[in-house]
Order: sequence, then C-alpha cells, then structure tokens
Amino acid sequence: MSPPTLQVRNLKTHFFTRAGVVRAVDDVSFTVESGKVLGLVGESGSGKSVTGFSILGLVDPPGRVTGGSILFKGQDLATLSEAAMRRLRGNRIAMIFQDPMMTLNPVLRIDTQMIETVLAHAKVSREEARQRARDALGQVGIPSPEERLHAYPHQFSGGMRQRVAIAIALLHKPDLIVADEPTTALDVTIQGQILAEAQKLCAESGTALIWITHDLSVVAGLADDIAVMYAGKVVEQGPVVDVLDAPLHPYTVGLIGSVPSRNHRGEPLRQIPGMTPSLLNLPAGCAFRARCPRAEARCAEPPPFAEYRPGRFARCIHPYQEAVAA
Amino acid sequence: MSSTAAGSPLARPQAAAVETPLRRFISEFAESRLALFGLGLFLLIVAAALLAPWIAPQNPYDLAQLDIMDGRLEPGSRNGADTFIYWLGTDDQGRDMLSGILYGLRISLSVGAGSAILACLVGASLGMLAAYAGGRTDGLIMRLVDLQLSFPAILAALMILAFLGKGILNVVIALVVVEWAYYARTVRGTALVERRREYIEAAQCLALPTRRIIFRHLLPNCLPPLIVVGTMQVARAIALEATLSFLGLGVPITEPSLGLLIANGYEYMLSGKYWISFYPGIALLVTIVSINLVGDQLRDVLNPRLKK
Amino acid sequence: MTVFLLRRLLQAAAVVLVMSLLVFLGVYAIGDPVEILISPEADQIERERAIQALGLDLPLWQQYLVFLGRALQGDLGLSFVFNEPALRLILDRMPATLELAVGATLVALVIGLPLGLYAGLRPHSPVSKGILAGSILGFSLPTFWVGLMLIMVFAVQLGWLPSTGRGETVTVLGMRWSFLTRDGLAHMVMPTVNLSLFKTSLVIRLTRAGVRETMLMDYVKFARAKGLSPARITFVHVFKNILIPVVTVVGLEFGGTIAFSVVTESVFAWPGMGKLIIDSINVLDRPVMVAYLMIIVLMFITINLVVDITYSLLDPRVRLEGKS
Repeated sequence: MSPPTLQVRNLKTHFFTRAGVVRAVDDVSFTVESGKVLGLVGESGSGKSVTGFSILGLVDPPGRVTGGSILFKGQDLATLSEAAMRRLRGNRIAMIFQDPMMTLNPVLRIDTQMIETVLAHAKVSREEARQRARDALGQVGIPSPEERLHAYPHQFSGGMRQRVAIAIALLHKPDLIVADEPTTALDVTIQGQILAEAQKLCAESGTALIWITHDLSVVAGLADDIAVMYAGKVVEQGPVVDVLDAPLHPYTVGLIGSVPSRNHRGEPLRQIPGMTPSLLNLPAGCAFRARCPRAEARCAEPPPFAEYRPGRFARCIHPYQEAVAA
Repeated sequence: MSSTAAGSPLARPQAAAVETPLRRFISEFAESRLALFGLGLFLLIVAAALLAPWIAPQNPYDLAQLDIMDGRLEPGSRNGADTFIYWLGTDDQGRDMLSGILYGLRISLSVGAGSAILACLVGASLGMLAAYAGGRTDGLIMRLVDLQLSFPAILAALMILAFLGKGILNVVIALVVVEWAYYARTVRGTALVERRREYIEAAQCLALPTRRIIFRHLLPNCLPPLIVVGTMQVARAIALEATLSFLGLGVPITEPSLGLLIANGYEYMLSGKYWISFYPGIALLVTIVSINLVGDQLRDVLNPRLKK
Repeated sequence: MTVFLLRRLLQAAAVVLVMSLLVFLGVYAIGDPVEILISPEADQIERERAIQALGLDLPLWQQYLVFLGRALQGDLGLSFVFNEPALRLILDRMPATLELAVGATLVALVIGLPLGLYAGLRPHSPVSKGILAGSILGFSLPTFWVGLMLIMVFAVQLGWLPSTGRGETVTVLGMRWSFLTRDGLAHMVMPTVNLSLFKTSLVIRLTRAGVRETMLMDYVKFARAKGLSPARITFVHVFKNILIPVVTVVGLEFGGTIAFSVVTESVFAWPGMGKLIIDSINVLDRPVMVAYLMIIVLMFITINLVVDITYSLLDPRVRLEGKS
C-alpha cells in the first residue's frame, strides 16, 4: 500500500520571542489520504495556520519547526534541502492564503504571476506556460481568461482574486493543497461556489486537501475528517460526521454549540466563556481547563491523546461519552 | 488567564514593580547602549559648552587676548607668552582652536536649540489650529506646509539671510522659517487622530472650553511625536547653521560658530594646515551624531506603530 | 493618460504662478525695488527716469503683471556684476550643476540600492548593522566639512585628485561638459561623491525599510509558497514594489540635490549655478537671485511632474485611476 499523501507526526513549531517561547504548534499529528479533505478547525491563535506553514516549510524566524516529522508521500520534508523543498512548493504542495486582497502582488500583472509559477517547476516555453495559465483561470470559472491575464490584481474583486490564487495553486495539479481560511474574507455566496469547486477538484484529481478554518459549518459539508486544535494542540480528531454528531472534547462541544444555525430561535446563543489563552508560558495540563465546564483538579495534569472509540481521538480525561443534545 | 499567570514560576519579579509610563519609557530607551552613549556624549558636550568661560584657555572673542604672532600654530605648540599649550593649534588670527571650539559650541547649540523651540512653538500652534479649525484654515496652513517642505531648506534659508543680512538672530529667524512646517505637520497629524477619539468627544460633550481641550487633552498626546521631530530638527538646525556660516551668510565673523571656524581654515587646508578645519568639524560631527543617536532611539521607543 | 497629463500640467502652471508671486513679493516688495533694479551708481535723475520706465510708480498688482510679462518673455533683468542677462548667466552654468547632480544621483542609486537591499534582507547580520550605522553617519556628517576632508586627503595629502574647478571640458550641444574628458572626470569625482553622501544614506534607508516591510507582505509569502527562487522573489516581487517609493523620493530629491550643490560647489570651487548664486548673494546681485529662484521653481515643478508620470508608469493602480 502506498503511503498516505501527508502524515504529520508530533509536529512542534515554536516561536522564540524575547518574551519567551511561544509553542504555537505543540505535538500535532494527523494524516491526509489522497483525494480526502481534512478540516483543521480552531479559534484564531490556536496554531492551525502555523501548522499549514510548517508543512510548506514557510515558518519565519523567530519561529522554527523544533520536533516531529512531516511525511509527504513517505518522505520526511525536514530532511529536504531548501532547494528540494522549493521544488515541491507550488508544484506538489500548494497553498492558498486567507486574504485574497493581500496574496497577489499589486504591481505585477496576473499573467506574470501565473507564468512565473509555471516556469518555476516546468521546462516549457513561455507560450505553453501562458496557455496553462489561461486554462487554469478557465478551470476556476473566470470568464474570458485571455483578457483577464493582462489585468492587475486591483482590477479584480476579492472573490475573483481568490479564484486566481486557487488557479495558481492548481497550475501543477498538486498532490496536496493547504488552504488557510480561503473563504473567510469572502461573501457567503462566493464561499459556497468555492467550496463546491474545491470538493469537485479533490474528487476528480485525487488531490489531498487541508482546509484550515475557524468555521465548523464550512467543514461540515466539505471535509472527510476533522482535527480540532486548541492552544497549539489537536484536542479532538475523527471522521467529520462522527465528530459533529458525537463530540468528545468539551471544547468541540462548545464550538458546535456556538454555531448560530444549530440553536433554536429565541434561545440565547451559546458561547464558550473566557478567551484563548496566551501561548506564552502556557502552564502544564489541559489548556482548556480555565474555560471548561467539566474542569476538575486532575485537569492540571497533561491529558493523554487517547482513542475513545475506533478512529475517534480526544485529549481529555473526561470526554462526553454520551450523546450531547446540541 | 490571570490565575494561571500568577501561579507560573516564570512570572518575572520586576513585573511586580509599578510600571509608570515614564519608568517604562526610561527602561525602553536604555535598551539601546548606543543611544545611552549618545545621550552621555550629548550631555558632556552641553556641559563643555556651558562651562566654556571657565574651562577654555582663552576667550576667543576677546581680541586683546589673541596674539597674531601665534597664528596658525600646530597642535601642541606653546603660546608666545608660554603660559599654556594650544592643544588643537591656532587659527590665522592666533585664536586657540580648543577655546574657539568650546565657544563655538555655545553658539551652535543655542542657535540649534533656540530655533527648534521657536519653530516648535510656531509650528505646533499652527498645526493645532489647522487640526482644530479644519476647513479653509486647515487647507491654507497645510498648503503652506507643503510648499515649505517641497522647497529645499538650504535655499530658503540662504534667500532669507540674503535679504535679512548676517547675524545670529537672523540665522534663528531663517531656521524657524524653514523648520516650522515639520512641527505643524506632526502636530496636525497627531491631533487629527486624537480628535476622533472618544475622550475628546466626551470632553466636548461636557462643554469644556476649547482652550482646555487643546492644552489639557490634545497637546499632551501630541508631545511624543513632537519630541522626536524636535530632537531631529535640533541636529538639522545645527548642521544648517554650520553650513550657512561656512558659506559666509550665517553668524558674524567676530563670534565664530563651528561652521565659521571650519570656513576660516578652508584656505589653509591646501597648504596642509588641516587642524583649523579639522577639529571644529569633529566637534560638529560628534554633536550631530550624538543628537541623532538619541533621536533614533526616541523614535523607536515613542513610535506606537513599531510596537508589537 | 492625456487627461491625467493635462490636469498635472494645469496644476504645475498654477504653482508656478503662485511661486512667481512669492518671489515677486519677496524681492520687489520687501526689498527696495529701486535698489534691486537700478545700479547703485545711478544718479538721482537717472533713478527717477528709470523708476518711471520700469513702472515702479504703478500700484503693486500692475507691477506684478509687468514682472510676469517680462518673465514670460525670458527677461529677468540684467546682472549688476556681469551686466549680462541674469537668465543667460544661470543657464550658462547649469550644465556644470546638472552633471554634478546627475552624477550624485547615479552614485547614490548604484551604491545605495544594493546596500539597502542587503541590509533589508538580512537585518540582523553584522554587515547590515554596519551599513545602517554608515547611513546614520551619512546623515549626520556636515557635507561641507566632508568635502574639505576629501580635499585634504585626496588632493593635499595623497595628491591623487585635483582639488577644485571643472578641469577640461568639451562642448556638446552648445554646452560645456566635464564628464566627457578624463581630466574633467577626475575633477568630478570628489564633488560628486560629496554631493551624493546624503542621498546615498537616504537611498539605503528607504530601500532597507521598504524591503523589510515588503518581505512581511502576504504576497511575498505566497510567492515563496509558489516555489519561486529567492532571486526571483527579491528582484521581481520585492524590488518592483520598493522601486516606487525610492524612485519617488530620489526623483523629488533631485531638486534638493541641485539646491544643495550650492554647498558642494562652494567647497570645490565648481563653477555651477550654486557657486554663482552664493557669489551673487554676497555682492547682492539681486536680478541673478530672482532668476535663480524662478529657475529653481520651474525645475522643481518639472521634476514633480516627471516623478508623477514615472510613478504612474510604475504603479498600475495610479495609472488606471488617471485613465478613468
């Protein structure tokens, strides 16, 4: 059996700031198979974006991957040279960023930014590269791609720019795409279109997709698996339906509870009390215990990441084993 | 969150001390050794300038004390009457360079500081007026500022001095004219931001007199950027004064500033008598560098945009 | 683009008009116009006649219109000292100043851009800190004093370079140029370096700050995520972005450089406009001062215009705003 597209094991990415070490990603493990979608869910500051950047080897100082391994089709990315890593980036592993208004260079034309990506990884003529760029734009549903190639980013709307960014990510038909909240900055209708396209793409081409988001409702219809992150750690993991229907970790329960559509009219919106802890000098034990309704003295000990049901992991000593009325 | 921080063994002890803005400012400023060095240097220079009448070997402005026979002596020579040593040599009139430099510093520093304070008063008032009055007043003042800033300071100063004539006061006037715009722009920018804050609106709702709002609320908030601009402008003013004096349009020849001392040495440079121009230049350079070092750090510490 | 150009030209004309009024007020109203326009040697009758001839008995606004009319015809008066049209005097010396200013700008860009780029890309390396310290020094050093020190070291002590003057010149297009002869070039070295000192520091700082800011942008990270080579990211994605502010400032500074050459030209006895204006101020040759001011104003406006157009060519966002 061929190895999975991506296997992240005990990944640790720390930021060594003057004020101390920030453990942005602390012992994160997950696997994404070819053609599957993993939803990486968490609040801002939970380390989900840093996880994405770690996979591409794009963590900037003072941050550094300090431990664990990232196996891409069985190959440990940490052992690769920067040059070898560069050959993978944008080629076999692509990334889509959160804010489409910021990801395209404002002073370069769309064709420049697309063609350079083609030429960075394929030995083809400029004409051929241009052809591929045009096709990619067509693929993501941009009308009259030939004309649009001559445009500058500011001539596009946010949704269109994100499509361009997606087209750039698709240029080399990558094995893995890391999408960092790509629809957060967009209108709901556009978000829906992009989600549908992403889903179609993975099913058709066998691309593995990591969809980073803070919005559970987005992954509900898109992902195969979910990993919920909190304060740099994965606190719960499993198949999407299972996690949403029978969450184990109190944090996941809280997240599901605070999705407005799941509440009944008239009832007050449920929310998780408190706020995300500072990752600086995080105390030992469960990071969620200060906000957790079920916290007890034992929570001051580091909870194990245990398999409570087949394929269902949680980092909690007293998970919700019973069904939770949501 | 707060309970976890208190329990953390990593909680640093100095965090317990009360952190006033001033204390915080001092400790942040002291983070740069270079800036501390600059500050020390600057204080030393100011002290030397203040104490010049007591520490200088002679009064370089008292022609009776100068001996033309001692003209252009090398550094380390003894004077004609054999009472002291010209450590830095003498100029063409037999003026002790060390004394000339110490007295020259007094002029350079007072012109620099004086013009900066005056320019600050004029500029800050106009900037505040522009921000507070808005509309046409604002437009008019800011057009003037743009015009002033787009025109090179050295030219504007030259022209003003050409029409006013030489003299310390005229130099100060010229410097104020070319510098007020920097202060005006700074104050207006900050005041406009501050004006939109809730506390100003609250003060206006309380019907506090305008004067009180400006002086008690707006002005204190404009101080940090004003201090930064002011520091840099003092250095600029000193350099500009030296340049004007070098070109022969600044201070009168009887009371030479550093720039004029350098100019005096110009014609003797070609015959290898370097010291007449060299040492005043070093004094000028050290003064400007020390102020700029302090200013650079002040800008880093007081600039909220650079804080993370 | 045409609308954009037309609008800018109109603005420029308006500014020239305002500046001419300022110069007029500065010179003709504050100073004594008789003293300015009539040679001090003239006797009383000659003065009276001249006052009438020059229309100095007219109200101020009419005088301004007369001044404006003459200025439009290129008549800015005769120099007291040289008894030549002030305008021609200045234009004769313009090439000397221009070659100095252009040379200094080139030096600043050739030295400043790479150093600033390096310091911006590796902000924590000792070399970068050295570069930054150098640029602070460049801002602090009094230009005229550095000029003197250059003369002392390279002309007096080492004897490598000539200390003053333009050296041998060649006449091309009816103007005399130094940079086309070996001797002239040797004469140019020190003044050019001296004049570029401040500018080089400025370019270093701007480039460094720009690079540091741009490197943090998402689009640079995205470019890295695309697998582009560091060279491509640095020279295409980053460089093109920082070129805009640098070109703007360097362009706008060109006028400042011409103005500041007053100092450098005085130090190196370089016979350009700057030296002329200092000499004219010292002998109160006011027509020359007026002519110089008007030329400088015109030059500034032209530079602003050129910078605006270049800017719009570099930054697509501005260009398209002008079009619509």
